[in-house]
Amino acid sequence: MIRLLPRWLLAIGLLLPFVPLLVWAGSGQWRYPGVVPQRGSGRGLRLLVDPASDIPQGLLTSLLLGVTVSVIACAVGLCAGRALGLYAFRGKRAVQFLLLAPAIVPGLAVTLGIQVFFLRYRLAGTLPGVVLVQLLPTIPYVTLVLGSAFANFETGYEEQARTLGAGPLRTFWHVTLPVLRPSLIVAAFFAFLISWSEYILTLLIGGGTVKTLPLLLFAYIGSSDQNVAAALALLVVLPPFLLVLVTSRFLTGSQTGAVGFGRL
Amino acid sequence: MLFLGGLGLGVAQSFGYLPFLPGWHWSLDAYSGLLDDKAVRQSFVLTFRIAFLSTGLAVVVGVGGALLIRSTRRGKRLLSALFQSTLPVPHVVGALAMLLLLSQGGTLSRLTNAVGLTHGSQGFPELAGDRFGWAILAEYVWKEAPFIGVVVLSALSSGVADLEDAARTLGAGPAARLRHVVVPLITPGVLATSILVFAYSFGSYEVPYLLGRPYPATLPVVAYQYYTDVDLNARPVAMAICVVIAVLIASLVALYMLLAERFVRRTA
Repeated sequence: MIRLLPRWLLAIGLLLPFVPLLVWAGSGQWRYPGVVPQRGSGRGLRLLVDPASDIPQGLLTSLLLGVTVSVIACAVGLCAGRALGLYAFRGKRAVQFLLLAPAIVPGLAVTLGIQVFFLRYRLAGTLPGVVLVQLLPTIPYVTLVLGSAFANFETGYEEQARTLGAGPLRTFWHVTLPVLRPSLIVAAFFAFLISWSEYILTLLIGGGTVKTLPLLLFAYIGSSDQNVAAALALLVVLPPFLLVLVTSRFLTGSQTGAVGFGRL
Repeated sequence: MLFLGGLGLGVAQSFGYLPFLPGWHWSLDAYSGLLDDKAVRQSFVLTFRIAFLSTGLAVVVGVGGALLIRSTRRGKRLLSALFQSTLPVPHVVGALAMLLLLSQGGTLSRLTNAVGLTHGSQGFPELAGDRFGWAILAEYVWKEAPFIGVVVLSALSSGVADLEDAARTLGAGPAARLRHVVVPLITPGVLATSILVFAYSFGSYEVPYLLGRPYPATLPVVAYQYYTDVDLNARPVAMAICVVIAVLIASLVALYMLLAERFVRRTA
C-alpha cells in the first residue's frame, strides 16, 4: 500500500484540476459551502450550440484559423526544412538559431513591437493579419520538425522516380510525401494546436474583432460566469484531446515532435 | 523576417521611436526608467521567482513521475496515459481549472471546509490572486512536469533495460544504477526541456494575468499594461521590458543549442 502511495498522489494531482471544470460545466447553482452543486443545469452546455451566443462563430473562426495556419506553416516548412535538412551551407547555424529563437521567445515580446506595422498596413483586426502573426511561432517549429525529418531523407528515391519518368509533382506526391508523412502529421498537429491555444497574439493583432475561442473563454472568465466558462473550456480542450488520440502513434518516440508541447 | 522586424521595431520603440506621434526623439529614458520604476523592479523579482520555482518543481515532479511510471507494473499504461493527459490542454483552460480549484471559494476550499480543516471561504489561504503566485506555480507545474516527464520516458525507452541489466550483472546496486546509467541518459533531455519551461513561464501572459494580481504582476503582464496605457509615453517602457525578456530568452536559446549539440556529439 505504502509503495503505491506516490502513484496515487501523482494520479490525483493530475486529475484534480479537471474535476471543478466538469462539475461547474453542468451545474446551475453552486453556492459556497456546498461540496456538490445545489442545482444542476444544462445552461452552460446549451450556450455552446446556441446560435444567439458568439460561441459557434468563435468555434468556426478558431477552426478556420487553425487549419489555415497549419497548412501555410507546413507548406513553408517543407521548403525550408528541405534546405535545412539536406544541404550544408554557410550560415546554417545562424539560420538554425533564428529558427529556434521565435519558437521559444515569448510571442508578446515580439508582437508588441510589430503591432504598429500591422496597424499601418491595415492588417490589424483582420483574419489575414491574425493568420500572419500566428505563423510567427508556428513556421519555425514546423521547419525544425521537418528539417530533422529531411536530415534522414534518402534523395535517391526521388531520383529513381524521376529517372523512371515521373514529373516533379508526381514525384513529390508519390515519393517525397509518403516518406515524410509521420513527421508532417506531427508538424501539422502542433501547428494547429499552437494556433488553437494562442491568446495574446490574437488579442494584440485581432484587436477584439477576431474572436477565437480562447478570447471568448477569457471574456467569460472575466465576467465570472463560471458555468459558461467551464463549459466553454471543455469545448476548447476537446479537439486537442481527440487529435492526440488520433496522432498518438506518430507522437511516441518523436523527441523533436514532443518539444512542441513546451510551446502550448 | 517578421520576427526580426518585430524585434527591431521593438528595440527602436524602446529607445523612444514613436511613429505616428509628433515630437519623438531617441533616448535611453525607458531603460533608466526601468531601474527606477518600483513596479518593474518588483515584477522582475516576481517573474524570476515564479520561473525558477516552476522550472525546478516541474523537473522534480516530471523526472520523479517518469521514474515512478517506469517502475510501475500494474496499471502502467493507465498511469502513463494520465500523465500525458495535461499535455494538449491549452494554458487558458489550465488557468481556469486552477482558479476554480484553488481560489478561496474554490473546490478545495469547499472540501477543507466540509471536513472542518478551514472555516468559510475567508479561512482558506489565499492561493489565487496572491502575492506569491501559488496558483500560477501550480498551473505551470501541472502542465510542464508531464512535458519533462515524457521526454525523460522517451530517453529511457530504448535499450536502457539492457544497460541496467549489464550494470546489475557487474554488481551495481539500485542507487549506483540510477547514478551511472539513468542520470547520464536523461540529463541532456531534462536540461533542454527545462530551458523551454523556464522560457515559457518567464514570458507567458495569460496564466499570470488570470491567476495573479495586477500589482505586483509578472513582466509580460506589466509590459502589456504599459503598452495599453492611455499615456503613449509609457510605450517605450513596455518595449524596453519586451527587449529585456527577448534578450534574456534568446541567450537561453543559444545555451539550448550548445547543449543539444553536445548531446548529439556524445551519442554519435
